[in-house]
Amino acid sequence: MNDILKFFFEYREAIFIIILSIFLGIEVISHVPSVLHTPLMSGANAIHGVVIIGAIIVMGHAGNLISMILGFIAVVLGTLNVVGGFVVTDRMLEMFKKKKKQL
Amino acid sequence: METIQTLTRSYNFSEYLSILEVSYILASVLFILGLKKLGHPETARSGNLWAAAGMGLAILFTILFHKTKMDDGSYQGIHNIGWIAGALVIGSVVGWMAAKKVKMTAMPQMVSLFNGMGGACAALISMMEFPRMQTQLADQHFTTMLNGEALAILLGLMIGGVSFAGSMIAFGKLDERIGDVKSPVLRYINLSFLFILFAFVVFIMFKTPVAGENWMIYTLAALALVYGVTFVMPIGGADMPVVISLLNSFTGVAAAMGGFLYSNQAMLTGGILVGSSGTILTILMCKAMNRSLLNVIIGAFGGSSAAAADTGDKTVKEISLSDAAVLLSYSQKVLVVPGYGLAVAQAQHLCHELENLLASKGVELKYGIHPVAGRMPGHMNVLLAEADVAYEKLQEMEDANNEMNNTDVVIVVGANDVVNPAAEEDPSSPIYGMPVIKVWEARNTIIMKRSMAKGYAAIENNLFFMPKSRMLFGDAKATLQKLVGEIKNL
Repeated sequence: MNDILKFFFEYREAIFIIILSIFLGIEVISHVPSVLHTPLMSGANAIHGVVIIGAIIVMGHAGNLISMILGFIAVVLGTLNVVGGFVVTDRMLEMFKKKKKQL
Repeated sequence: METIQTLTRSYNFSEYLSILEVSYILASVLFILGLKKLGHPETARSGNLWAAAGMGLAILFTILFHKTKMDDGSYQGIHNIGWIAGALVIGSVVGWMAAKKVKMTAMPQMVSLFNGMGGACAALISMMEFPRMQTQLADQHFTTMLNGEALAILLGLMIGGVSFAGSMIAFGKLDERIGDVKSPVLRYINLSFLFILFAFVVFIMFKTPVAGENWMIYTLAALALVYGVTFVMPIGGADMPVVISLLNSFTGVAAAMGGFLYSNQAMLTGGILVGSSGTILTILMCKAMNRSLLNVIIGAFGGSSAAAADTGDKTVKEISLSDAAVLLSYSQKVLVVPGYGLAVAQAQHLCHELENLLASKGVELKYGIHPVAGRMPGHMNVLLAEADVAYEKLQEMEDANNEMNNTDVVIVVGANDVVNPAAEEDPSSPIYGMPVIKVWEARNTIIMKRSMAKGYAAIENNLFFMPKSRMLFGDAKATLQKLVGEIKNL
C-alpha cells in the first residue's frame, strides 16, 4: 500500500497530465461527423509520431555501435510516422477543401 | 570556486531546460488545437498544419536544448547530431514520397503502415533504454526492478511491439497480401498469449537486476511481435478500420510511455491525447456498425453462418447494358451506393461522368454513403471528392434510406455487406443489427459485381436473389464505361 502511495506521489505530475489528457482527448473527439473519421484517425496517427522525440534523446546519448544503429533506425521510423502521417492527412483534406470552395 | 562553477552551470542548464519546456507546452497546445480543428470540415486542413507545426517545434527544440543527466551527475546535450539529421532527412524524404505517391484507395494501408513505424520506434526506444536502466539499478544494488521507469520501458516495448506487428498484418490484409485465418482455436491462443505477455512483464519487474543480462527484453519483444500477429490475424477484413484505429491508440499509449520515462511533457500529452481520442474513435466506428469492440476483437466476422446453406436453388436475374441504360435514362431519381469495389476499380471518376450525363437528361443522381463504406469511415467521401463529386451530392445513410421509396433505380457499385438485408432480417447473421442502406426498398436495384463471390465479410447476400434485383456482371470500371457509352448512344 505504502509503495503504491509512494508511486503516486513520485509520479504525481505525470499522472495528473495523463488523466487530464484522457478527458481532453475524449472531449475533443466527440461529436465529429463520420465523414472526418478517416482524416482524424490519420491526423492522430501523425501526432503520436511525437515518439520520435524519445528516439532523438536515445540517439543523442548513444555510446556503442548497437545503440547507434538501433537509434538511427528508430529516428528514421519515427520521422516516417510524422512526415508520412501529416502529408497523407493533408492530401485527404485537400480534397474536402476544394469542394468547399466550389459551393 | 567549484561551487560557483556548479551554480552557474546549473543555472545555464536550467535556462536551456526552461526554453525546452516552454516549447513543449506550445507543442502540446498546438496538438490539442490541431486535433480540435481536425474535427470540423472547414478548419480540418489548418488543424493538421497546426499539429505538424507543433511537432516540428518539439523536434527542433529537443535537438537544440535537450540535456540528458549522465550517470556521473553531469548534463550533456544531444550528441550524434549529424546522424540524427541524416535519419531525419531519410525519414522525411521517404515518408513524403510514399505519402504523395500512394493512391487514395490505398490510404488505409498507408495509415496502418505509418502507425506501425511509430510503434516500432517506441519499441526500439525501450530496447535501448532497458540495458542502461538495468545496469544503473544493478550498480545501486536494487533487488527488484519495481519502479515507474522500468514499468514504462516494459509497457512501451510491449504495446509498441504489438502495435507494430499488428499494423503490418493489417497492412498486409488491406493490401490483400494476407488472407484471413479464421479458427476458434486462435481465440484461446490469443488469450493465453496476452496472459503470458503480462505475466512476463511482472516477472521482469520482480527479477533482481543484473548488469548486462538482457535476454528478457529480447524475449519480451519477440512475444509482443507474435501476439501482434495472432491478435490481428483472425479479425476479418471488414473490421480492419476498427483494428487500425485501435492500434493507432495503442501506439499513442506507447509514445506516452516514452514521455513518462523521460518526464517529457510533449510526448506524454501527445501520446495520451491520441490514446484516448483513438479509443473514442474506435468505439464510434464500432457503433456505426452496431457492434461492440469486444465483439470485433474476439468474435471474428465469420463465413460459417448457416445462411450459406440454402443458396443452391436460387437464381439471379441479369440485366443487359442497353436495358440498364434505358432504365436509367427514364428514371427521375437514381442513387449510387458505392463500395470498396468501386474504389479498387478506380471507377469514381466514371461515376461522376455518369452523374453529369444523367443530369443532362434531367435525371437526378445522388450517392448514398454508408458510414463504413470503403475500408475506413469516410474513406468513400474522400474518394468521391477526389473525382470532383460535389459535397451536397453525397447522402448519409439515414437520408438515403428516408428517400429510398421515391428512388427509381439504385446502382450498387462494388458494395455488398453494407446493402445486405440479412443485417435486418436474419438474427443468425454475423452482421445482424448493423445499419445498412435499404436498397431493396427502391423500385429497381442494379448490382454491379465482378462475380457472385461473397463480400469482404464473407457473408451470403440475399439481395441478389430478390425480385427487384438485377445483376450486371463485370469489372466496375469497364461496366460503367460501357454503360456511359450506351446512354450516350440512346
